[in-house]
Amino acid sequence: MIEAVDLRFGYPGRTVGQGLSLALRAGEVVALLGPNGGGKTTLLKTLLGLLPAQGGEVRLDGRSLTAWALPERARRVGYVPQGQASTFGYSARQMVLMGRTAHLGLIARPGARDQVVADQALRRLGIDHLADRSVHRMSGGERQLVLIARALAQEPRAVLLDEPTASLDFGNQGLVMRAIRALAGEGLGVLFTTHDPNQARRCADTALLLREGCVLAAGPVAQVVNAANLRALYGADVDDSGGPRGLPVFLPVFQAGVGGQ
Amino acid sequence: MRSGAWWALLVLLAGVLVAFTVGRTPVSLPQLWAALSGGELSESLRTVVWQIRAPRIVAAVAVGAALSVAGAAFQGLFRNPLVSPDILGASAGAALGALLGIFFSLGLAGIQLAAFAGGLVAVALVYATGSAVRQGDPILVLLLAGIVIGSLLGAGIGLVKTLADPYNQLPAMTFWLLGSLAGAHADDLPALLVPVALGLGVLLLLRWRLDVMSLPEEEARALGARTTLLRVGIVAAATLVTAASVAAAGIVGWVGLVVPHLARFLVGPSFVRLLPTAALLGGGLLLFIDTLARSVAAVEIPLGILTALIGSPFFIALLGRAQKGWQ
Repeated sequence: MIEAVDLRFGYPGRTVGQGLSLALRAGEVVALLGPNGGGKTTLLKTLLGLLPAQGGEVRLDGRSLTAWALPERARRVGYVPQGQASTFGYSARQMVLMGRTAHLGLIARPGARDQVVADQALRRLGIDHLADRSVHRMSGGERQLVLIARALAQEPRAVLLDEPTASLDFGNQGLVMRAIRALAGEGLGVLFTTHDPNQARRCADTALLLREGCVLAAGPVAQVVNAANLRALYGADVDDSGGPRGLPVFLPVFQAGVGGQ
Repeated sequence: MRSGAWWALLVLLAGVLVAFTVGRTPVSLPQLWAALSGGELSESLRTVVWQIRAPRIVAAVAVGAALSVAGAAFQGLFRNPLVSPDILGASAGAALGALLGIFFSLGLAGIQLAAFAGGLVAVALVYATGSAVRQGDPILVLLLAGIVIGSLLGAGIGLVKTLADPYNQLPAMTFWLLGSLAGAHADDLPALLVPVALGLGVLLLLRWRLDVMSLPEEEARALGARTTLLRVGIVAAATLVTAASVAAAGIVGWVGLVVPHLARFLVGPSFVRLLPTAALLGGGLLLFIDTLARSVAAVEIPLGILTALIGSPFFIALLGRAQKGWQ
């Protein structure tokens, strides 16, 4: 669906990363892990075509991203930015309806079918009761769900999320992760960036570890997200001594003599 | 929420009625009806209604609607509720054009044309400057270019005023800078109405896209909006109506800043309802203020003074309940 081949990415005049290849398939969740400034957001924007690739290629459905018109792209790939407060307090429904932009002509306004799609998107994320509430009067988690619903209203086949759980409280993190899993269950390709290796381990199928713009490791989470790789990725001691049953739990070491090496 | 637009329409209709009847020559409702329906009426009253008040009413409504819609559109585009239509130098450019027209004694039509051209050129200059800078958020760059060129134009205005003949030209310049509709004649209306209708038409057609354009640039693009194209179209349309308004009425401040807030208060933030409501409300309110300007004292009070007098305390009150104001 989305494929990057030997990609060099960055901002005009500054290369952030290179030699990156990845593939996002239908029904699959990919987690992008890495330290701050490691190029996660830049990579995401390049995959979306918001930044031009500096080398290599991003392909969407087998065709170079640059060959797609902007609205065509938006009908295939949805984007969930880091939830920030918007200037104007649109209602959740108005916000989600904006996801219909790529389906509507220049001077068209959303019609009955667009309303149906928007309401469905709200229901899929279980926030239809918030439809008429202003985004200014929502919690960070609710706002994040509205943005995911907006991406769904684009009727895309893949969704890219930029740190969907940053600045969310514990309960809301679970809510968003559940939503991501549900989307993949419906056959969408999902790629998200995160700071939390535990999220990647539990929510994603494959992980890509990005350090200083280069891929440190990539593959199924069970093989890639481990203490050794995390140590190399973040340059910090990792405690994975918890979680006696099932999946390991990764924590940065903060107590002398506990975990780590 | 739904009734908000009706309130705005009511304000406009009430404004029209008051503007026709109130003034140095009072016109009673039956007399007004006679004048409008072609009934029995003295020639002088007929002249007051048709030749004097009607053109001025049309001009006030057009200017009020134009400034309010342009203000709302710029607020959306710049994602900042404290922006007014002169943010990109349209008013300052038009003012400099008009002052140069007065300085070179171009006559009324020449002055208006110079003002109109000045507004368009100023914004084109700002836009070209903003586009030449290829770094950073395009909206922020545009805003900064507007501030820089605006202050440059301000210096130009000061210079022309300094050089002007203090007895013949300076009073005309001062009066013009304070705004007035006293000069509204039926013959001049097309020069105002055609660009205003054109610009408002474009903005009203694009009004749902304005919702999308009020999102951060990258979000809007990821949603599939052709932001560069839309930005050019919206800026051009809003500049057209602002320049035409300033050319016809001089600098009338505050309307373009305050009315969008009032409209938002009535119908919420979505531009789909906001723009028509702002147009109706802005037209009606400016009509009320213009009626005050010509009837409250023996001499005409410049419009800009009244809009500032009414607008600023009003705006402070709005700031007090800021969150509600733009939600």
